[in-house]
Amino acid sequence: MNINMNIIESIFLAFSKLWIVIFGGGYAMLPLLQTEMQTHHWLSTSQLTDSIAVSAMAPGPIATNTAAIVGFKIAGVWGAVVASLAITVPSLLLILLVGKLLAKFQEHPNFKAAFYGLRPAIVGVIIFAAINFAVSNNIIGGPDILDIKSTILMGVAFMVLIRTKLHPMYLIVTAALIGIVFAML
Amino acid sequence: MEKNKVDVKFILKIFLSFFKISPLSFGGGFAMIPIIEDEVVRKKEWVTKEQIIDIFAIIQSLPGAIAVNAASLVGYQIAGVFGAIAAFLGVILPTFAIMIVFGAMLITYQHNFFVQAALQGIRPVVVAMIASAGYKMSKVTIVDKTCLAITVVSILTLLMFKSLIFVVIVSGAVFGIGIVNFRGIQKQPKSQLKVSEPSYEISNGSK
Repeated sequence: MNINMNIIESIFLAFSKLWIVIFGGGYAMLPLLQTEMQTHHWLSTSQLTDSIAVSAMAPGPIATNTAAIVGFKIAGVWGAVVASLAITVPSLLLILLVGKLLAKFQEHPNFKAAFYGLRPAIVGVIIFAAINFAVSNNIIGGPDILDIKSTILMGVAFMVLIRTKLHPMYLIVTAALIGIVFAML
Repeated sequence: MEKNKVDVKFILKIFLSFFKISPLSFGGGFAMIPIIEDEVVRKKEWVTKEQIIDIFAIIQSLPGAIAVNAASLVGYQIAGVFGAIAAFLGVILPTFAIMIVFGAMLITYQHNFFVQAALQGIRPVVVAMIASAGYKMSKVTIVDKTCLAITVVSILTLLMFKSLIFVVIVSGAVFGIGIVNFRGIQKQPKSQLKVSEPSYEISNGSK
């Protein structure tokens, strides 16, 4: 098997950067992930969105699932291995190196104070990711200004997600069927 | 001498426990938290209820996937470096394998008419999932007007300068330290993780 080491190295660097911005779930990494995909011309935003959909349907963390599937799409199995390790090994190293100190850090007033400001910033990053993906997928601000069908689907899905405990997988399957029905009409 | 020897059997048990848990957790890393608790506290009795609460508190303030952090720290606390590595590998391997299969399927069928049509319908739902994650996090994170201001400024900054992700996150943390010290009092954001969720009992089966 021929492995292009340059790509492997670029994947490693891109995904190890992502690890730092993952707080409160994998979605916080999406804006940076999208930037990396565009910079390296790896995946279009619609391809990235499809990968995230698959990651959300599969078991496991969104962050590691997305890393595996995106790495796989860029450079096959080795791409997936490198992307997955780059996004997870820093966690392991951090725990091995400072595992015993973590409990003490946790109690430090300035540590808590930092999170008081950091968490709302992360919320901002995630909301920005949603706006950005809506625009990049031409749901809003595309050629039709507002893609009515997609916007309705998005709004209904959002309400279901925040009001009920329904698993996103059912929503994805329903949306897939709606997509097929609309395409055949 | 006895203490320094690595208990291979125990390390293997840790690996298998996480290997078994990982593919059962649909719905992102947060969904794995109550399942991990059930396994290591109730079934295996490797850590106490108090210890697991501390572990979950610590991992919330680390970057990285929450389930990977949780597994590594649990493994580390019960069996040191090798325990951490075993739990880490156990938690990432099964989902990695599943994603390779899904990835191969997506590449094979992505140009199929029906798959294209289905993806067209799915994309808005993905946007809704991201938005709802932000909304749910805001419910436990935005505890006052200062927090709300930080969120709004972050969104506006990113809409104008997309590349400033790191700046936004670091500024948030620095501003947090500044404002809390300035006030001299501290409002703590509520914990994002509830240790015992209703789904817990269901996963626990006959108990």
